[in-house]
Amino acid sequence: MSNELLYLLFFGGLFPLMFIAYIIGKNKAISLTNKNIKMHSQPSQYGWFVSLYTGLPIITITVVGVFLYLFDIHLLPPFMLISFALSLGAVSLVFLNKAINKDTKARNLVEGFIEGLLLLATFVSILTTFGILISILFEAIEFFRRESFFNFIFGTTWNPDTAFLEGAGRGGEEVASAKFGAVPIFAGTFYITGIAMLVAVPIGVFTAIFMSEYASETLRDRIKPILEILAGIPTVVYGFFAAITVAPLLVDFFASLGLKASYESALGAGIVMGIMIVPIIASLSDDVINAVPKNVKQGSLALGMNKAETIRFVVLPSAMPGIIAATLLGVSRALGETMIVVMAASLRPNLTMNPLEDMTTVTVKIVEVLVGDQAFDSSLTLSAFALGLVLFVITLVINIVSIYTIRKFHKKYKISNL
Amino acid sequence: MEKNDDYFYIPQLKKRNRNGKIFKWVCASALISALFFLFIFLFDMVRQGYPAFTQAYIETEVTFNEDLKSNPYSAFDSDSFSIISRAWMRGLPRMMDEDPSLKGTEQKIWALANAEVDQYIKGHPHKLRDREQKIVDRMLEEGSIESKFNVIFFLTGDSKIPENAGFYSAIIGSLLTLLVTMTIAVPIGIMTAIYLEEFAPDNKFTQFIEININNLAAIPSILFGLLGLAIFIIFFGVPRSSPLVGGMTLALMSLPIIIVSSKAALKSVPATIRQAGFGLGLTRWQIVRDHVLPLSLPGMLTGSIIALAQAIGETAPLIIVGMIAFVPDAATNILEPATVMPAQIYTWSGMPERMYIEKTAAGILVLLTILLSMNGVAIYLRKKFHTKW
Repeated sequence: MSNELLYLLFFGGLFPLMFIAYIIGKNKAISLTNKNIKMHSQPSQYGWFVSLYTGLPIITITVVGVFLYLFDIHLLPPFMLISFALSLGAVSLVFLNKAINKDTKARNLVEGFIEGLLLLATFVSILTTFGILISILFEAIEFFRRESFFNFIFGTTWNPDTAFLEGAGRGGEEVASAKFGAVPIFAGTFYITGIAMLVAVPIGVFTAIFMSEYASETLRDRIKPILEILAGIPTVVYGFFAAITVAPLLVDFFASLGLKASYESALGAGIVMGIMIVPIIASLSDDVINAVPKNVKQGSLALGMNKAETIRFVVLPSAMPGIIAATLLGVSRALGETMIVVMAASLRPNLTMNPLEDMTTVTVKIVEVLVGDQAFDSSLTLSAFALGLVLFVITLVINIVSIYTIRKFHKKYKISNL
Repeated sequence: MEKNDDYFYIPQLKKRNRNGKIFKWVCASALISALFFLFIFLFDMVRQGYPAFTQAYIETEVTFNEDLKSNPYSAFDSDSFSIISRAWMRGLPRMMDEDPSLKGTEQKIWALANAEVDQYIKGHPHKLRDREQKIVDRMLEEGSIESKFNVIFFLTGDSKIPENAGFYSAIIGSLLTLLVTMTIAVPIGIMTAIYLEEFAPDNKFTQFIEININNLAAIPSILFGLLGLAIFIIFFGVPRSSPLVGGMTLALMSLPIIIVSSKAALKSVPATIRQAGFGLGLTRWQIVRDHVLPLSLPGMLTGSIIALAQAIGETAPLIIVGMIAFVPDAATNILEPATVMPAQIYTWSGMPERMYIEKTAAGILVLLTILLSMNGVAIYLRKKFHTKW
């Protein structure tokens, strides 16, 4: 039986049945009211009650059946499963219809159903987090079963090229075994992130100070949307800009100083990434600076400090936890940023302190490995998931620390944006 | 009057005020440098992208006969063969099939010039040989080469022949993907926000969900790609490269943004409205459905548009789920392989031919125009429906 027919059977059974259930439930309630029985709820609520609780078993059984199917457990053939679910729905319709009397709390039951539905929606976001964790974790564990964890974390040579020979059954004595030492990759990631933060933090924080303390209301209203444009530019566009415009400029500039810079230098990718993060840091810092109570500032002004001194010695120290949290969120964005480094940084793991040389990052490696034509179970493919796991853990820790800091900050000053 | 007689004279005051001014200018220069960067960036994109909106055409004579059908290249002498696009020549037999009256006639038509001629006319680096350059120069004088508006860019899909490559299939792919994202993320996001803001008790579990959502908003987007690959493609068997899998992945990504903005919209509805509802004997759901939700809907809409605008520019997770496949024809449904605008931009940016660079920049201009207009609509809605309680 084809999929289309199955869909037709399912929806063609479900919706008419629920519609009939609504009509039946409503009419029953109306007929009871006409007999001068005082009902608990409105007739239409009885209709919804019968309709929703007719649909519930049908949908539940089908969804469970489909899930079992994906785990290769075939309790019933799909046609039988849907027919069974539909007939169960019909039975529950008859049963519910019989059960309606003046004490049936249809409204409460319907609203309970809706609340359950809303609760179910919130589970999607939890499932997403666990989905990410699970999808990375299993493959990463498989990777660490093959390659040593210690080597991965502390090894300084990343040379996985021979992994695919082994995967093809051509590994042997004469081929050097693949090396998965990720230190150069992590070093590149942190280095580029560091450059990005050197650009983003001063510009972002000072912009935030200007916007919240110096700019007039109208200027603020005009500049905020412009900064939002900066935040809304896709990273692939930044990446193109970094590779086509910024990189050659840097090479020419350093050549005039007599220095040799790579076209895929860490500096170029870092600077552009920093610009990308400016609006994130600026808008979060703006929020926290605005959250500093007015009376604190007025107290400082009353004691004779001028505006700049008030900002430097009173406002900024009070806002510091929030600014640090904003910076941390920026760091987490920079660590996980992909397209800028894929386009503007290189593929070569390179352990160096020179920002003019090319470097690679975790995300570049993940993209390189997963876009190539590797067999899904080769060590090389699995290494992408191991790198992903490290990225996940690091960003998770940073995010949670910064979220807690911001929450605490907002609790202190009794406002709540996050 | 001696300075020291001034009762209010403070010796450091001058220095302090000067420092204050310097501080103000440091702050202002930070803002100015951010704006300056934005300006340089936009200027550079326009400068690189606008040439792609024109394309050179050559007026040429074509004899439509049976030979043309079997071998379209044969209709041209070596001079025109070297400057006319191969892709255009290959399209001739189809042109003849569509219009049988052409058969047996000799027509003067504007043929698509190849990439090198186009680059030569635009004054960019090119690979034309001297002889070909002379032909093109002569034809330019005769007026039989013209730069026309580049319809091909908006009407065809990707191609390995630079002058024939267009953005159409990427635009359609993005639309389909966005449609999937919207139908999944917006309802679930709004439902989650309603639950958290209106129904959830304030306990550890709710706090856990809220922290989880904030964390999800900051998780690197590429990890969502890994989720899409491992769970949607490998476990559920959703076709690779399809707008369905791309849209589902992006939906999970934009969910936290929609939730956070919808929660803010719900929060901005004053508590008195709810209290009035309770006072009249409404249930919590009735208050939400009939009063709170309609009042906060514009805010939710604004937040959703901004989240979707972000999703449309997202690349990394889509690359992981395979949406950078070479797709010459636009997808017709959500299960066919497709490419999206940012992925097309990424693919073109890696091509060696010079013409792809300007196509990349032109693609960026199209993408930015769409993004800016989406954001513009969001800002307009926010202004229009803004209520001061």
